[in-house]
Amino acid sequence: METLSNLGDGFLIAMTWQNLFLALMGCFLGTIMGALPGLGPSNGVAILIPLAFTLGLGATPSLILLTSVYYGAMYGGRISSILLNIPGDEPAMMTCLDGYPMAQKGRAGEALALSGVASFVGAFFATWGLVLLAPQLVKVALLFGPAEYFALFTLAFATLGGIAATNQAKSAFAAALGLGLAMVGVDTQTGVPRLTFGEVHLYDGIDFLIAIVGLFALSEVFVFLEHRGTDRDISTKPPTEVGKIIPSWSLIRSCIPTMGRTTVLGFIAGVLPGAGASLGSFISYSMEKRLVDKDKTFGTGDPRGVAAPEAGNNAAAGGALVPMLALGVPGSGTTAVLLAVLLALNITPGPLLFTQNPDVVWGLIAALFIGNFMLLAMNIPMVGLFTRVLLVPPRILMPIVAMISFVGIYGISGSPFELLMMVGFGVMGWVLRKLDVPLVPVILGTLLGNEMEVNFRRAVEISNGDYSVLIGSPLAIGLWTVAIVGFILPIVIGGRIKRRMHMSRDEEGSISD
Amino acid sequence: MSFDSIRRGVAVATFVVAAPFAAMAQDFTPENPECIAPANPGGGWDFTCRQVGKVLQDTGLIPSTMQVVNLSGGGGGVAFAEVVNKRNDDNDLVVAASTATATRLAQGAFPGNTMDQVRWLGSIGADYGVIAVSADSEVDTLPDLLEQVRSNPSEVNFGGGSAVGGWDHLKVLIAAQEAGVEDVREVKYIAFAGGGEAVTQLLAGSLQAFTGDLSEAQGFVESGDIKVLAVLAPERLDGEFSEMPTAREQGIDAIGANWRGFYAPGGMSDAAYNYWVAQLDTLYASDEWQAVMEANGLAPLDLHGEEFQAFVAESVANIESLSREIGILQ
Repeated sequence: METLSNLGDGFLIAMTWQNLFLALMGCFLGTIMGALPGLGPSNGVAILIPLAFTLGLGATPSLILLTSVYYGAMYGGRISSILLNIPGDEPAMMTCLDGYPMAQKGRAGEALALSGVASFVGAFFATWGLVLLAPQLVKVALLFGPAEYFALFTLAFATLGGIAATNQAKSAFAAALGLGLAMVGVDTQTGVPRLTFGEVHLYDGIDFLIAIVGLFALSEVFVFLEHRGTDRDISTKPPTEVGKIIPSWSLIRSCIPTMGRTTVLGFIAGVLPGAGASLGSFISYSMEKRLVDKDKTFGTGDPRGVAAPEAGNNAAAGGALVPMLALGVPGSGTTAVLLAVLLALNITPGPLLFTQNPDVVWGLIAALFIGNFMLLAMNIPMVGLFTRVLLVPPRILMPIVAMISFVGIYGISGSPFELLMMVGFGVMGWVLRKLDVPLVPVILGTLLGNEMEVNFRRAVEISNGDYSVLIGSPLAIGLWTVAIVGFILPIVIGGRIKRRMHMSRDEEGSISD
Repeated sequence: MSFDSIRRGVAVATFVVAAPFAAMAQDFTPENPECIAPANPGGGWDFTCRQVGKVLQDTGLIPSTMQVVNLSGGGGGVAFAEVVNKRNDDNDLVVAASTATATRLAQGAFPGNTMDQVRWLGSIGADYGVIAVSADSEVDTLPDLLEQVRSNPSEVNFGGGSAVGGWDHLKVLIAAQEAGVEDVREVKYIAFAGGGEAVTQLLAGSLQAFTGDLSEAQGFVESGDIKVLAVLAPERLDGEFSEMPTAREQGIDAIGANWRGFYAPGGMSDAAYNYWVAQLDTLYASDEWQAVMEANGLAPLDLHGEEFQAFVAESVANIESLSREIGILQ
């Protein structure tokens, strides 16, 4: 009850015209930043910090502006995933898998609206989770030592087969490639540079934003260039239909169980520091595929495949605020930026934030609720506007994609080296597409490989080289069990189903196969 | 050498032609003040740039907004190389630095770069190191903890937010060395992505001790989750931190301060250099900045201009010899 009255106070703080306007502005800017490939939530928030300072905003209004940008970017990431097959940010990667096929089938409007609803559901319930469970959830985060984190990341990789069902060997190759890329940089556990060839730009490792924009966006441009003037030229094809803008109630209803499950999964992934939204959307998608994909429609434009990662990653965004507010430990890149803002506003984050600065915390949480409703209200009518992107002919769209990629990456890194690296990734993505190697596992390897390796070594180092520590707790054993079952079961059952359901392969250029 | 001097000469020439008054007049003012934070948003350097930029503007010490540019990579090495190679005569530019910068310069982690290639402006405070254990630990003093390390090094896992060989690691080794641990290489140190993550693992029971900056530990000390065994400061700190014992008063003469400050391009004009030094000096003395320091657990460290240059040189030399001693640097 006390929680609810605190929340009520929070609404009183958040419901001023200034704060509402800031939330609206943040939601709008965030959606656009999320949709642009390269600019993700963490950069979006960082870009707006000077604005908050210049306007001379206090702690609560600043946080309201910046978290609205955060939530907005989490919503916006899906737009380019669905329309262009180019993820707007890392967590939106999984939305490509079913969102783009849906758009190609002329259901872009429905996919966008449905993913908007799923984003809302994920974020809305995650915010409730934050309100009601934050103090208890901190204890969950404390159950995860290095060994448990390692098991969790292994679980993510074990379910990879669920993503790329067509050729296990190729997706294993792609994951290995991603893991290899993750090894580049100074190894924090020994201080030794690995695979950097003396190039100081590589010391901090490869920024996965560069990998994503190169692999997805630039390779799309290369594929377009390759087929220009041939009979496979997409520029002469009639524009894709936009389709219905409002999804039918039955479509939404069919996705409700999916949204429910993935909200919980995503939220938990968000709560764990170091796991974050990408893992949330990834696990959500692959688990959901395992559970409900009886007809093998995932990856070919199944609405549930759109709802799952979107509910998952938005729930993770809410979950990531739990360790940030309750412990002062960032659960993701974006929350690290938000923490820095707190510090800059002379608020000490830490376990006492709730008691020392209740106005900030509860004002912020109330603003999240308000922002969430604004985003839903903003996103559904704007679907019609967004889908017009599909009507832009590729010969105009593709140069714009290339331009945004270059400007976006240069804007973040400020160095030409990163641009060359991005082009390198573009070429690599193009070659991998030619070879029918899925791109998603490459990114996952790059994204999660480092954390996985580092936690493995931390665990074994702490135990003085005793490997049994890896299965040293009930939680670790549980995670391993799920991982092993998730890995073996599809091999046993999947073979039988696959023979019956011979999936029609998508043409080259599709990321899902 | 000659190429460099020609380049500098040309640059100075264009500068003089383009802005003769600014170059000659004593009162230099930057047109587009810019601060490079050599890391992604959210870290200490980013904080240094943004916080100093904000207070400089609030107090009217700079005429316009300080633009903060995040140029991450190589633990600051990318930014250092960029400043040395491309922005060597930029008068509007300052770059955030800290002990981590000195550590990497000392260990040769910025390939081909040395500290003499830039001009060191001044410090804005220091974050003293702490060694802490979780509140329910049986260990109560630093000598007790180090005694455990001496008798059974494999049982005590230190965790901190810097990589192996980084400042959080070195602080423990300094203390261990002072306490008479013979082979400091036996001290176990587990690297984490940040101080907060390491404290979380301390609370989760994976680690036995935490090494980091006071500001990282502050929130957890106030909540009673961890207890600080020692502050690595020359004497007890003021205010709420005065209860924490120093290492020195426990008979272990270890001091470890993570200073925060700025450097500027090596080719910066004297007028501009003096301007920035004076602004930082005034900033440091201002009430606004003192409030920021207090809120963030920053301890006094007031060094500017030549003094700071000498301090950094000494700091680099010390870290270099320590790194050699403990085998991080061959």
